[in-house]
Amino acid sequence: MTGTWIAVLVTAVSCYALKLAGLTVPQRVLAGPRAQRFASLVPVALLAALIAVEAFGRGRSLVIDPARLAGLGAAVVALLLRAPFLVVILGAAGTAAVLRALGPVW
Amino acid sequence: MADIAAEPAAWQTARATRNGMTLGLAVGVSGLAFGAAAVASGLTVAQTAVLSLVAYTGASQFALAAAIAGGGSLVAGTAGAVLLGTRNTLYGLRLAGLLQVRGMLRLPAALGITDESTAVALAQPGRAAARAGFRATFASLYLTWNAASVAGAIGAGHLGSPTAFGLDVVGPAAFLALLWPRLRDGRAERGVAVAGAAIALAATPFCPPGLPVILAAVAALGAALRPATGEPAGRPPGEPAACAAVAGEAG
Repeated sequence: MTGTWIAVLVTAVSCYALKLAGLTVPQRVLAGPRAQRFASLVPVALLAALIAVEAFGRGRSLVIDPARLAGLGAAVVALLLRAPFLVVILGAAGTAAVLRALGPVW
Repeated sequence: MADIAAEPAAWQTARATRNGMTLGLAVGVSGLAFGAAAVASGLTVAQTAVLSLVAYTGASQFALAAAIAGGGSLVAGTAGAVLLGTRNTLYGLRLAGLLQVRGMLRLPAALGITDESTAVALAQPGRAAARAGFRATFASLYLTWNAASVAGAIGAGHLGSPTAFGLDVVGPAAFLALLWPRLRDGRAERGVAVAGAAIALAATPFCPPGLPVILAAVAALGAALRPATGEPAGRPPGEPAACAAVAGEAG
């Protein structure tokens, strides 16, 4: 019990401290063109990786979940049609939900 | 709003706020899954709530719950969860320049750094809209995630599977929508995004969940070290040796 509390508190405080560290790094550290380019491109790399892993990942394996991929496909179509943000995510979730409700094939 | 000349900027801010609120609500509901998983792994409701209130970063929270459920070493479980938090440090580097938060305001702002608030802030055309988007996502996601965590921990997680409502697609669809303008307009960005996704997918079978996304930062590093004119190819995906080494430390 006590050990679990220590793990919880250390994790919670460390995760917060890691966020604060990034926000409080002196700007001169990031003054160089390469550092600026890195800081600017890192969110693109991480968010693209998140999209890929959330689309194809399940734990440590890569899977094809047809409903999930169809939902993302609906998002892509909505984006190509320049739909508003809310339409994009509702269309994606709605497509996946409907396909799953339709049956075990999905 | 009264000044017509200020309308476009006000519209930008209003849209950023609306999108941030929407995303926070939609993604925050998955706190139900975290609360249910945390209690199932042996955490108390209070411990579950502390994690959501202070750590407030889903990947690390799920990782700690999984480690505790697995009955492995608490030290290794904690180290792995903390390691996953480093991606928020990388987000913070970018947000520091974008949001220009000063002094003590950085203390609450730091808490708000997540995948979602970063994605919304980066998608905005100007600083005012970026700040509004960040604030709205933080407020809406923080409240929803914490309420849902507690609700899931006390049993509401049994009401239904989030996937039945397609909620597992909300995150990737939203990130795609928010990255879309940068991918459409920037060649370097497209290269980094493709390389980052490839690295993460290649690493997935070899790493505990969460690590592959952090390894994708290598794609940004590769592009940043390359002359700006070149086509950023990133690095060939799949570094099982390096990944296994990191994974070993993370437990």
